[in-house]
Amino acid sequence: MSRNLILGAVLSSLVLLAALISFVWTPYDYAALNIPDKLQSPNTQHWFGTDHFGRDMFSMIMVGARTSIAVALVAVGIGMALGVPLGLTAAARKGSWLDEVIMRGNDLVFAFPSLVIAILITAVFGAGAINAIIAIGIFNIPVFARITRGAALSLWEREFILAARVSGKGAARISAEHILPNVANLLIVQGTIQFSLGILAEAGLSYVGLGAQPPTPSWGRMLADAQTMVSFAPHLALIPGLAIIVTVLGLNLLGDGLRDWLDPRIRVARA
Amino acid sequence: MTKQMFRSFASALALGVSVFATQALAKSDITIAMQLEPPHLDPTSAAAQAIDSVVYTNIFEGLTRFMGDGSVVPGLAESWEISEDGTVYTFKLRDGVTFHDGTPMDAEDVKFSLDRAMAPDSANAQKALFAGIASVEVVDPLTVKVTLSEPNGNFLFNMAWGDAVIVAPESIENIKTNPVGTGAFTFGEWVQGDSITLNRNPDYWGDQPALETATFKFISDPTAAFAAMMAEDVDVFDNFPAPENLPQFEADPRFQVLVGTTEGETILSTNNKKPPFDDIQVREAMAHAIDRQAIIDGAMFGYGTPIGTHFAPHNPAYVDLTGNSAYDPKKAAKLLADAGYEEGFETTLHLPPPSYARRGGEIVAAQLAEVGIKAEIINVEWAQWLESVFKGKDYGLTIVSHTEPMDIGIYARPDYYFQYDSLDAQTLMDTLNATTDPEERTKLLGEMQRLIATDFVNGYLFQLAKLGVAKAGVQGLWENAPTAAIDLTQINWSE
Repeated sequence: MSRNLILGAVLSSLVLLAALISFVWTPYDYAALNIPDKLQSPNTQHWFGTDHFGRDMFSMIMVGARTSIAVALVAVGIGMALGVPLGLTAAARKGSWLDEVIMRGNDLVFAFPSLVIAILITAVFGAGAINAIIAIGIFNIPVFARITRGAALSLWEREFILAARVSGKGAARISAEHILPNVANLLIVQGTIQFSLGILAEAGLSYVGLGAQPPTPSWGRMLADAQTMVSFAPHLALIPGLAIIVTVLGLNLLGDGLRDWLDPRIRVARA
Repeated sequence: MTKQMFRSFASALALGVSVFATQALAKSDITIAMQLEPPHLDPTSAAAQAIDSVVYTNIFEGLTRFMGDGSVVPGLAESWEISEDGTVYTFKLRDGVTFHDGTPMDAEDVKFSLDRAMAPDSANAQKALFAGIASVEVVDPLTVKVTLSEPNGNFLFNMAWGDAVIVAPESIENIKTNPVGTGAFTFGEWVQGDSITLNRNPDYWGDQPALETATFKFISDPTAAFAAMMAEDVDVFDNFPAPENLPQFEADPRFQVLVGTTEGETILSTNNKKPPFDDIQVREAMAHAIDRQAIIDGAMFGYGTPIGTHFAPHNPAYVDLTGNSAYDPKKAAKLLADAGYEEGFETTLHLPPPSYARRGGEIVAAQLAEVGIKAEIINVEWAQWLESVFKGKDYGLTIVSHTEPMDIGIYARPDYYFQYDSLDAQTLMDTLNATTDPEERTKLLGEMQRLIATDFVNGYLFQLAKLGVAKAGVQGLWENAPTAAIDLTQINWSE
């Protein structure tokens, strides 16, 4: 196992753990306002200090991790659930009109700047975590569709697929039984990368006020709230900023490490 | 003496302005930042405060005008006589006043302006100001007789509003983009999305202002506002949007901070017709669930005065009713239970963009949650707010600052967005409008304040403070905001 993988796994599980623990325990009630205690720097009572309403930043970061992970996870789920079947279908019907429709549709979604469309979706249907998930999810579909199709296409040329065909299996069955298990490694790696992008996108959306709505804490909104106070309370911006960095870095390292660990041949194949 | 200095000195002399030689060096231009850009520049057809901030007394003037201390003084009307019964006002206009296009301002223009504002199809945002006018007659070019249907003790005050300025029929067509008034400044240039420039009017009837040009710059983002001020890109920020940054300006010798009052009653507006808010016990419970000081400290970093009714605390007729709705969550919970909401209820809280609303809303929602009322926060832009809350009345709760001066009359309008329909309030307002005796008026205003406070129409939070930031050398800024205005005529640089 590479150093990247271990470091990535440690950082990612740290964030995941914080999110899971927040369901049963946080040092303080994350939503409890305590105005007289506002804007405290990190100290022994409040490990990450308090925000402009006197809320405990540590508790907010923990619950914010939950928001980020939930949004990114479901968004990646949407991308996989729709993108992978589309990619498999396109590969199985290579060169047909169906392949064309699917892949050009993907290009269409790809061509739009994702954050702009996400802003459009949340502006039309209202701000909130659910709409943020849908907006981010839609942009994960073409990513998974492409990567699945690409990998599946080369698999379709292989002998064991030919053997399956000769034995009379249909395209759908071959895709499900032989192609999918062989692209799974790739999907897991890509899923990790998309997951980190989802966390960034969620932070971006809530930074502009279109993500999870208050009082649900979200790292992006914590950053936005901190903006005018950076000059006298830098921890307000530094802490959620660091949380985002740690999470995204951790997931990217994890994705890289997984790729090397799960299938070293992919590198060879690409080169 | 450099050429530059000589030129400004000479021009100062040529203009006949009595200045000391040292003052000839003083800057004669200023850049004033404000948060919102006006939608257009006609103060007589829109409620947007940003319009008045730019044009009031600078471009347009009314028969009377507000001063920075809130007093009403003669404007284009030099003097007036009021008939015995208080229904006929005869205004004597100033002689020699011209509009910026050179046409003279006379009684016909006054008649045109008032008739236009009170016409049935008028787009005036404050038509109530003109509702009591029965007729406007031109006696001679410099005399106008305004007859009221009944005495109105507020009439001269009403005529000072930005919505009652005198406009000319010759230039009315393009007023929104090219405002032509009688003021000390003429409209220069409008760079959409960036700034509006005004220039000194050499033909002004009154004293020439010290400033030659003034630029209004629009900076909506609080972070950008802080950066622009710190970088000295702007000389004045009319109402600084981030109260948390004021201590930094105060500590910096380059700047001065002017903390004053506005006419902005910041309230938790409640949809009085929408259940469960139609139940007075529920409204009373909410009033006791709210801790005003926490909101002022948390949302405004301590700037603001608690209010217990819809009235400005700096007004002599103000009655302190904060005790009537003191913070008492236990009492709130009991009242809710009595009203049949032991478990509380769910509602919505629409929040427009200013930080008093967004931050105040988070605090209010948390305080209401303490007694079991779940208010879902919905952040909206102003356009959405006007559409769904103000016009559509599709909301439960919202937070907004009512910045019009002396606007307690909105409680006599049952179709107003908070839908308070009280015959008592309507009769009281009618009596008040028909009363001219100052003492009697104060008494009636007190009664009105008590009535809406004990009916718990809205949650009364705090009086919005005016937080001006300016470079140290700027003088003559209004510390308070009796109306939305940035009076350029008084501003000068000390050097």
